Amino acid sequence: MTCTIFVPRDSTALALGADDVATAIEAEARRRGIDLRIVRNGSRGMFWLEPLVEVATPAGRTAYGPVDASDVAGLFDAGFFDGGAHPLSLGLTDALPYLQKQERITFARVGITDPVSLDDYLAHDGYAGLRRALSMAPGAIVQEVIDSGLRGRGGAAFPTGVKWKTVLGAQAVQKYIVCNADEGDSGTFSDRMVMEDDPFMLIEGMTIAGLAVGATRGYIYVRSEYPHAIAALNEAIANATAAGYLGIDVLGSGKAFHLDVRKGAGSYVCGEETALLESLEGKRGIVRAKPPLPALSGLFGQPTVINNVISLASVPLILQKGAAYYRDLGQGRSRGTLPFQLAGNLKYGGLVEKAFGVTLRELLVDFGGGSASGRPLRAVQVGGPLGAYLPPSRFDTPLDYEAFAAIGAAVGHGGIVAFDDTVDMAKQARYAMEFCAAESCGKCTPCRIGSTRGVEVMDKIIANQDRPQQIHLLRDLCDLMLAGSLCAMGGMTPYPVLSALDNFPEDFGGSDAAPDQKAA
Amino acid sequence: MQTPYTDSARDPATVAAILEAHRGTPGAMLPILHAIQDSLGHIPADAVPLIADFLNVSRAEVHGVITYYDHFRQQPAARHVVRLCRAEACQARGADALAGHVRQTLGCDFHGTSADGKVTLEPVYCLGHCAVGPNIAIDDKPYARVSTARFDALLAACGGER
Ligand SMILES: Cc1cc2nc3c(=O)[nH]c(=O)nc-3n(C[C@H](O)[C@H](O)[C@H](O)COP(=O)(O)O)c2cc1C
Ligand code: SF4
Ligand code: FES
Repeated sequence: MTCTIFVPRDSTALALGADDVATAIEAEARRRGIDLRIVRNGSRGMFWLEPLVEVATPAGRTAYGPVDASDVAGLFDAGFFDGGAHPLSLGLTDALPYLQKQERITFARVGITDPVSLDDYLAHDGYAGLRRALSMAPGAIVQEVIDSGLRGRGGAAFPTGVKWKTVLGAQAVQKYIVCNADEGDSGTFSDRMVMEDDPFMLIEGMTIAGLAVGATRGYIYVRSEYPHAIAALNEAIANATAAGYLGIDVLGSGKAFHLDVRKGAGSYVCGEETALLESLEGKRGIVRAKPPLPALSGLFGQPTVINNVISLASVPLILQKGAAYYRDLGQGRSRGTLPFQLAGNLKYGGLVEKAFGVTLRELLVDFGGGSASGRPLRAVQVGGPLGAYLPPSRFDTPLDYEAFAAIGAAVGHGGIVAFDDTVDMAKQARYAMEFCAAESCGKCTPCRIGSTRGVEVMDKIIANQDRPQQIHLLRDLCDLMLAGSLCAMGGMTPYPVLSALDNFPEDFGGSDAAPDQKAA
Repeated sequence: MQTPYTDSARDPATVAAILEAHRGTPGAMLPILHAIQDSLGHIPADAVPLIADFLNVSRAEVHGVITYYDHFRQQPAARHVVRLCRAEACQARGADALAGHVRQTLGCDFHGTSADGKVTLEPVYCLGHCAVGPNIAIDDKPYARVSTARFDALLAACGGER
């Protein structure tokens, strides 16, 4: 009997040596005359265990990890291909608490299937959503997405179905679906995982979006830092096209949908939707003033749906299971799940898909296991480089768009970056300004000049020059950026800066950092 | 992807073939620039007027796009390109200390080329492996949990083939 061994092809697993492990397993099997089939699956998202090797056994998939190429001979000695015990044995993968405690509905297939195998996708509920959508009127598809309560996962949390409705109602010869796969936020990798580990899900979501609004062409704009995602998407698109799921006649419906991958070129601000459209059109990625909304005048001036990877990837499930299934998870106005990304100084960093309402503490402690360094956690940045730094006193905040807004923070794309007590928050505040200065598109003065001034001011604060005056100046600058920036690049850079200052004043010279009493 | 050596004699023909392959591609500027850089290692100055003519835009426009995006280079890089993640999640796992070591070992700063001319060092702001930093990529191949010792070993390994 041939046994099946799974060795991930996800790029984080590759960065930890998965290719070497796969090669070693193949060589060892040949040497011992054992008949094995190696499947290159996605990652389960438990990155501290990568490379995580799984073996198909009658009881289910059994996991071993983290496996180094040098462990392979020992694993064979232990008969791991039959599920044999070994110091790296983790038991049945699905029984691991990290996975069991999640609500993996969007990421249900991730780590389980061969990402570019259409057969695998179909065998795991793939394209059930599209099949249902093909039997529905465009307006009904849009309504289903509205009813699900899905809000954009790229950061701004705008209701996805409402955006689609605008595009559906627009009259045009050509409409577009654009996927924002720029994922520039540090500490985020859920988009990358979808593209590398379950690309058909995104393709299906975009195809459904095309049917819903009457768009026949789509683009996925992927950052150049993600070569593996680009390769997996291109392979999956070719397979889907060959099988009639994309092209001039999607599944014999008479409806066309063509999909292309476009590669970014290392600009953070190109994640902003209008800058992204400029970039797709072949220009510098400068932010456009709104209105007009992209929904009415987007790519090449045509009505365009532009959505984040996770927003679009959530759609097949919503169509397959119905709006209520999705809406019943979550709390308040934050419905469904979010794939949280536990990053930075955590013991068990990885992908955790949970319904909204889970607290930061549950994510950091119950899942994340506390700091990797063993030192106390001191600060957590949620929502990427434009997100606030939160102290432990905020760890009981539930992850929910409104609850985060209420404490002057943002959930954003769900990236959670933990720092231990060696962090210097003045340095982090300086970095936020420096990042804004480097990545600003330059269109408006508060962002372009304000951030450069912000770096200078932070340098003085760090050097302990006129601290009270400089801190006063820093707050003024932040006010100006908050109020006078065209987009969230300049408009949100004050979040990490002010949250660092307000929550960690001791790193800015203690009492000097307190909000200006006279001004209050 | 390996950054290829350039042979400027064949550049014009390569550029012409790339332009031809993009006839009819909507918004072809970035795809063209990527294709040129992927095959020549950089965007040679001589390519700019050809691209401008082909896309029916000004040379200044093409130049503006090339300089706007960090990814595009106007000069060839060294044989190997090391990109080191400088973003927050890697900072939280010691990326700054690694950056110090890397700069010292290579004898150059970010955007520079090592003293022996064989490695170009670039900063990168997140590679998407943020749970297991500090992270680097060498010629597009990712490496996670890079200690100073691991970096030295990786550098020695690419030294073997350089
Ligand atoms: C500076 C900046 C960077 C952004 N980067 C991204 C990004 O990398 N990915 C993303 O999906 N949205 C990003 N956004 C948000 C987009 O502008 C936009 O809200 C999103 O693409 C809409 O899709 P959604 O409704 O599905 O979230 C960014 C916004 C700003 C201001
Ligand atoms: S806030 Fe910054 S990035 Fe946004 S439009 Fe203004 S200058 Fe450009
Ligand atoms: S922050 Fe370094 S890989 Fe994401």
